[in-house]
Amino acid sequence: MAQVKLENIRKTYPNGFKAIHGVDVDIADGEFIVLVGPSGCGKSTLLRMIAGLESVTEGTIDIGDRRVNDLEPADRDIAMVFQNYALYPHMNVFDNMAYGLKIRGLAKSEIQDRVKKAADILELTDDQLVRKPRQLSGGQRQRVAMGRAIVREPSVFLFDEPLSNLDAKLRVQMRLEIKRLQERLGITSVYVTHDQVEAMTLGHRLVVLNGGVVEQLGTPIELYEHPASLFVAGFIGSPAMNFARAKLTDDGGSVELEGGAAFNLPEGMYTNHANRNVTLGIRPEDLILTDSGDDIRNLTTTLAEHLGADTLVHGHFGTDQTDMTIRLSGTQDIKPGDPLPLRVSPEKIHLFDPETEKRLV
Amino acid sequence: MIENRPIITLISHVTLILGVAIIAFPIWVTFVAATHDAVRMVQVPLPLWPGDQFFENLEQAVVRGIAGGGDLGVGMMLLNSLAMAMMIAVGKIAISLLSAFAIVYFKFPFRMGFFWLIFITLMLPVEVRIIPTFEVVANLNMLNTYWGLSIPLIASATATFMFRQTFLTIPDELLEAARIDGAGPMRFFKDILLPMSRTNIAALFVILFIYGWNQYLWPLLVTTEQDMYTVVMAIKQMLETAEQAPEWNIIMMTTLLAMMPPVLVVIFMQKLFVKGLTETEK
Repeated sequence: MAQVKLENIRKTYPNGFKAIHGVDVDIADGEFIVLVGPSGCGKSTLLRMIAGLESVTEGTIDIGDRRVNDLEPADRDIAMVFQNYALYPHMNVFDNMAYGLKIRGLAKSEIQDRVKKAADILELTDDQLVRKPRQLSGGQRQRVAMGRAIVREPSVFLFDEPLSNLDAKLRVQMRLEIKRLQERLGITSVYVTHDQVEAMTLGHRLVVLNGGVVEQLGTPIELYEHPASLFVAGFIGSPAMNFARAKLTDDGGSVELEGGAAFNLPEGMYTNHANRNVTLGIRPEDLILTDSGDDIRNLTTTLAEHLGADTLVHGHFGTDQTDMTIRLSGTQDIKPGDPLPLRVSPEKIHLFDPETEKRLV
Repeated sequence: MIENRPIITLISHVTLILGVAIIAFPIWVTFVAATHDAVRMVQVPLPLWPGDQFFENLEQAVVRGIAGGGDLGVGMMLLNSLAMAMMIAVGKIAISLLSAFAIVYFKFPFRMGFFWLIFITLMLPVEVRIIPTFEVVANLNMLNTYWGLSIPLIASATATFMFRQTFLTIPDELLEAARIDGAGPMRFFKDILLPMSRTNIAALFVILFIYGWNQYLWPLLVTTEQDMYTVVMAIKQMLETAEQAPEWNIIMMTTLLAMMPPVLVVIFMQKLFVKGLTETEK
């Protein structure tokens, strides 16, 4: 078990493409870190650099007390689970798991024990151990791939989008299994995904990457409640946060949409930014249906989507044409054109600088 | 296609049977000729039903050879042919596997250049480069040796190309998984690539064995001693009798013997052969 320390990591490909622009992350012992971001953001590259499958252009990687920049993948004391599982198709499940141990020269009995133990943890039967990967279902292959990682007893687990080849139902199930497994074994893990739900549910902390830069690093709740930038705000949460162009009032006490609808802000928080153009962000679930109070704003509804547990209402405030999504729980009988009385608590309003796209306060 | 039209079924069967008959008839004639004595074979019309001399002819062909043929049976020549075909097939596969491995998995300067260099040798079969190749072999004192028979035919662009294509279909993640498991390049080659190319190797072996076995021009050039002759050459030389009539029964028996190994290789490796050429799932 070990902590992992990434310092000022940069990656430039031979063709001059810069994939990673200086990433610093400290991963504590036993922590589950999720690298999340859209495709092409450099998250897989970063993971592969930790694994030793990509060279590091600049910066240092430490696993435990060792600098691993120039070590072979096999010497880094890591194990990796690949997106397409990368099982050896001609070997049976047992041999797939045992291969790395055989190369390391472990005794036969030791290999037997470790594979047996891993198979027990993953609930693989003896019957499945002698099968070839192609005779297994997607979920079973995924288990074998994890088994191959477990038998190595590594300091760090690396997961490269391990669930994206599975169907939706299995993905939820395997997500739970991975979470349980990591908690049980307590091994430091780095997990790459583009799915924010996976990221939120699995990670102790999340690293949101965009264009090779860390946008924000924090616990799932920190990211949800205090997104540091427009990108994080839009990426975390489903349905995505509503954004609208708006302006702070003279005293900085409220924020006004273009059509005139204004929302109160926490007192004194934005005094320094008075009179400034901002991007307003409100989460769909933070707009609450209410029928009394002086902070009601009426939404002109245009469309309602019924999901059963929730109802998503689309509409706009006043003459401002920006489409807003509101998430109401339960089934609501809402017709297009109805005005919808809503309120939002001041502390649930997020304001961003439209130019730098960073959070204001 | 599931269709039930008796006329079409009949016509296609007749066509197929005709085709099989056309291919099989000469082989039947060969077999029949190998079972008669020399006297019967020079009488007209040629026999169409087997005689009773099969084992006598077999013995003469293998052990004694034809009269005036230096008293050498084709037994030795069969062994020579077998050695040559095996060396060519195994040698070609080994060299092609290694060169494809180098081209696909290693980064070195002029990698693609080397690939194309190998590839354009497709345009230079033995027949085209026969004189310079002969000189090289002669200078290396390899005339009348197995090495001289096989080495010039071993370099193979087709097999290299085929293995390259096979390796390219193997996902990169397998290589990466093997690296994480601690497998070095040769270990990866032996433990992952070789077993995964098993069917391709079998398919190529069949093709190359037959290619090597059927070589005629090259052995004719590099062998001058009878104990290095291959069986395919021997058949031709049996026909060159000065005054006597050719001993057709023995010649046909030799032909039969020469046909057997390729047929056996195809029969026994057929399953792998078809798999190797058609299998796409890796």
